[in-house]
Amino acid sequence: MQTMKIKMTINTKAYEMDMDVRKSLMDLLRELGYTSVKHGCGVGECGACTVLVDDIPIDSCLYLAVWANNCAIRTTEGECRDGKLSTVQNAYVEEGAVQCGFCTPGLIMTTTSFLEKNKGRNVNHDEIRVGHAGNLCRCTGYQTIINAVKRARKK
Amino acid sequence: MFPIEKYHFASSVGDAVQALAADEKARIIAGGTDVLVRLHGGNSDYGRLVDINGLRELKEISIDAEGTIRIGSLASFTEIMEHEIITKHVPVIAESLATIGGPQVRNAGTMGGNICNGAVSADSACAALIHEFDLVIEGTAGERIQSINGFHTGPGRTILKKGDLLKYFCIRKEFYQGFSASYYKYAMRGAMDIATIGCGAAVKMQSDTIETLKLAFTVAAPTPIRCKNAEKVMENKTLSEETLQAMTEALEEDAMPRDSWRASKDFRLHLIKTLSKNVICQAVENRGGMK
Repeated sequence: MQTMKIKMTINTKAYEMDMDVRKSLMDLLRELGYTSVKHGCGVGECGACTVLVDDIPIDSCLYLAVWANNCAIRTTEGECRDGKLSTVQNAYVEEGAVQCGFCTPGLIMTTTSFLEKNKGRNVNHDEIRVGHAGNLCRCTGYQTIINAVKRARKK
Repeated sequence: MFPIEKYHFASSVGDAVQALAADEKARIIAGGTDVLVRLHGGNSDYGRLVDINGLRELKEISIDAEGTIRIGSLASFTEIMEHEIITKHVPVIAESLATIGGPQVRNAGTMGGNICNGAVSADSACAALIHEFDLVIEGTAGERIQSINGFHTGPGRTILKKGDLLKYFCIRKEFYQGFSASYYKYAMRGAMDIATIGCGAAVKMQSDTIETLKLAFTVAAPTPIRCKNAEKVMENKTLSEETLQAMTEALEEDAMPRDSWRASKDFRLHLIKTLSKNVICQAVENRGGMK
């Protein structure tokens, strides 16, 4: 087994480890207990495993854990601070943008980075759709998700 | 766990070339959006990897004094799409890359991978062809420059040899200055899909006359193609229904679409003819948007 020494922060907590080069970032995060990161399609189509690497959303199933060396990882667990939900998480709750919930953590991270990137811009419906095209919801609850993005944007 | 048998994290371009040349079965991994999908499926052709993600110099996007634009092969689709140099001088590249996958895929995938994996449907290929990209390749014998014209040799095949590493795409000023361009991807879905047909056109106008047309397609032949016959028909012509009609007839000489589960040959030919007209008209309309 080939390993590489890496260090990273996950939701601001520092980690240092010898990482198996064959491991995906998704598997690593789940093994460390960050189980909001879902194993969906495993091939970068559904976005259920979306996390932020240095604030950029990526499919963690298609990302070698060793690539996260020296990076700051954010998962949905970390968006909740001092027992309080983030603006985006709250908006999902308030709009009822959750059905089975499997896609929700990935979508939360996509929305979080989408709104951070477009801060101060009045993003329209189409931009929201395009910005969330990498996350599939098989309960087909997209309208409430878009409503949640719009609600969080206004906060 | 991905079934990776051997893994080398390259420390320099030279180190990557050496590692690639030393192992007959070694493959480059960059963004991973193709290679890791193949590995996930258990494809053992991808078990021996040379990882180039440490080569930060290959992420740079710049323009030199002569106006040559240089895009590093490791720059992500998103980094390219959002770069000021690209949106200002060669916006059709940004327009094309925006049609790839979804945000997460574009944040990881690279144009180097999109071109070098030889995909017939590569969304960056039309832009590469109409702006006549030069590919700067490092090999065991040193650096060489290869035009995008002739780079693709078949489905999934290119002229790259063992030990070759694509470092940069270069776009010479003569191939973008004065041109306006457009790209259209026809696919079954608005995102996360492979092109049924992709069409790119660049035009250089002399008032109302098309002085030069560059027209390219993906999925219209065993490789991404330029359409020399159709281009010739439009040369020094004004846009009219008749000239466009003559152009689409000439396209039958250029395009060799095939039947696949995505679309029939006839439907693809219909798309090729229809899209060519629309995309050329859009390229003409986009005049003034480029410097």
